[in-house]
Amino acid sequence: MKILVAVKRVVDYNVNIRVKADGSAVETANVKMAMNPFDEVAVEKAIRLKEAGLAEEIIAVSVGPEKSQETLRAALAMGADRGVHVRTDIETEPLAVAKILKAIVEKEGPQLVLLGKQAIDDDCNQTAQMLSALLGWSQGTFASKLEITDGTAEVVREVDAGLEKISIKMPAIVSVDLRLNEPRYASLPNIMKAKKKLIDQYTPEDLGVDVTPRVKTLKVEEPPKRSAGVIVDSVAALVDKLRNEAKVIS
Amino acid sequence: MSILVVAEHDNSELKTATLNTITAAQKVGNDIDLLVVGHECKGVSEAAAKVGGISKVLVADAPEFAHHLAENVAPMLVNIAKNYSHIFAPATTFGKNIMPRAAALLDVSQISDISDVVSGDTFVRPIYAGNAIATVQSSDELKLVTVRTTTFEPVDAEGGSATVETLAGSGDSGLSSFMGQDTTESERPELTTARVVISGGRGMQNGENFEMLEKIADKLNAAVGASRAAVDAGYVPNDYQVGQTGKVVAPDLYIAVGISGAIQHLAGMKDSKVIAAINNDSEAPIFQIADYGLVADLLTALPEFLAELEK
Ligand SMILES: Cc1cc2nc3c(=O)[nH]c(=O)nc-3n(C[C@H](O)[C@H](O)[C@H](O)COP(=O)(O)OP(=O)(O)OC[C@H]3O[C@@H](n4cnc5c(N)ncnc54)[C@H](O)[C@@H]3O)c2cc1C
Ligand SMILES: Nc1ncnc2c1ncn2[C@@H]1O[C@H](COP(=O)(O)O)[C@@H](O)[C@H]1O
Repeated sequence: MKILVAVKRVVDYNVNIRVKADGSAVETANVKMAMNPFDEVAVEKAIRLKEAGLAEEIIAVSVGPEKSQETLRAALAMGADRGVHVRTDIETEPLAVAKILKAIVEKEGPQLVLLGKQAIDDDCNQTAQMLSALLGWSQGTFASKLEITDGTAEVVREVDAGLEKISIKMPAIVSVDLRLNEPRYASLPNIMKAKKKLIDQYTPEDLGVDVTPRVKTLKVEEPPKRSAGVIVDSVAALVDKLRNEAKVIS
Repeated sequence: MSILVVAEHDNSELKTATLNTITAAQKVGNDIDLLVVGHECKGVSEAAAKVGGISKVLVADAPEFAHHLAENVAPMLVNIAKNYSHIFAPATTFGKNIMPRAAALLDVSQISDISDVVSGDTFVRPIYAGNAIATVQSSDELKLVTVRTTTFEPVDAEGGSATVETLAGSGDSGLSSFMGQDTTESERPELTTARVVISGGRGMQNGENFEMLEKIADKLNAAVGASRAAVDAGYVPNDYQVGQTGKVVAPDLYIAVGISGAIQHLAGMKDSKVIAAINNDSEAPIFQIADYGLVADLLTALPEFLAELEK
């Protein structure tokens, strides 16, 4: 089978986020960017399925500006076989990305699409569920285990109450959680090899998808700041403060 | 037009998250229906009819809804969506799984995890793990919204007298099936609603040491939480995790023990009223946001803490 993996270029998770002075957005110019951490887990899973003989080809897809190709190269260096770049400078919403991914699925015919459970910039947690709805496929969200046996996927989902196990029909959409695996680092030879791998390019228009945002960002602000309080010198002093000053325990 | 709130429940109990979600919906309007989708969930629909501020309870009770599989529940939402201007659900794993599926079927761009309502089309939501706060306006006619429950007080669970209407099932999609679950049973309050939360991190060193936190939690009627590192290391189950990818909590008191204070952890707890931290590294970032800090080895501090509480 073919596996499609969706990879988003986001601000690196270690960067201290700054809001632009005009309150229009988060500053992303001259900031370190990286593959969304959940998507690294998705790429890793695809590679392991291929290594286990369950997949023949892994296609990484990214939607975004020119630089998204760097993210695709990172996926190719990890072990994806090919890339698809859908180029747009508009900040896409999950619904638009889902429509684009649907069009790519229809071109490529994968049996499995792996996505991250959420992008760490918009924190939306929507795209996988939306793609699955648009295709009328099954969905296995927030996966911390994924096993594939003839025609079905068994997914262990991380839910608020603990873990849930479901069985879903293939073709399927799976969104991955961080505990599914530990993504590998790309080796230098593989980074070199990745430079020669093919990246197909499209625009949303080529695919017949309207990416005009439905949601407008009116403003972006810094969150209220918390400041450091006091350092107490003993457990007794801590309990005393909590009891008699903050009055949060009795 | 009226507003639909999707109730969260486990077929026997209505979850508090539903009550917080209703408060968020009330900021848009007062004509609110509550949808209970489940199986053999009569107790839940009875409880739902008593909730304050609800006009009507819609109950869809059918075997295909027993485990809230998104492939079965989303079409049900789509069927009744035309009667509503807004559909609200809690931003819990229940709501996050179902709502985007319904949104795409309805061709609506969902607004996730709102922390405030400005007007019927404008909402506030944290982005970048809460490091920025965005105010966003939807141009879709129908609004699908999930709610960060900790930022809205719950409505009264009692005092209402809504009418109850029955909806037919929508059939089994045949796409997915439930196989089992592994949940943590505990007598302690739920993590997301507890007044006090005590969490442990990698500094706890093993699962056995979490017993110290549990003993303190029992004294304080608190819930026990954890950092991702503690869950990854297998000290405690995944449902303990607080943070960007775990649960969001905002108790009156949050005690962080052996937790460094990474931004992804802070994303889940920095709206707590009072934060206390115990860590043996005085440079740990958690101290920059803690109201009370104690620089100490947790292996000695926790038994002392328990002893103080017993005094
Ligand atoms: C995309 C993404 C999402 C993430 N989501 C989450 C999330 O939801 N929740 C989350 O928590 N993390 C999350 N993380 C991980 C996060 O970045 C940190 O790695 C994690 O929070 C660290 O956990 P910790 O503080 O327990 O461990 P560490 O950072 O290792 O800190 C351990 C602390 O314990 C202290 N300590 C050690 N021994 C003792 C002792 N004997 N007595 C007292 N103190 C001691 C140390 O001084 C140290 O400060 C996420 C990361 C990524 C990339
Ligand atoms: N622009 C994009 N390009 C490629 N994949 C994306 C893009 N946006 C979202 N995704 C995928 O969808 C997942 C969830 O994103 P979100 O719904 O925005 O939280 C991500 O982890 C990616 O796998």
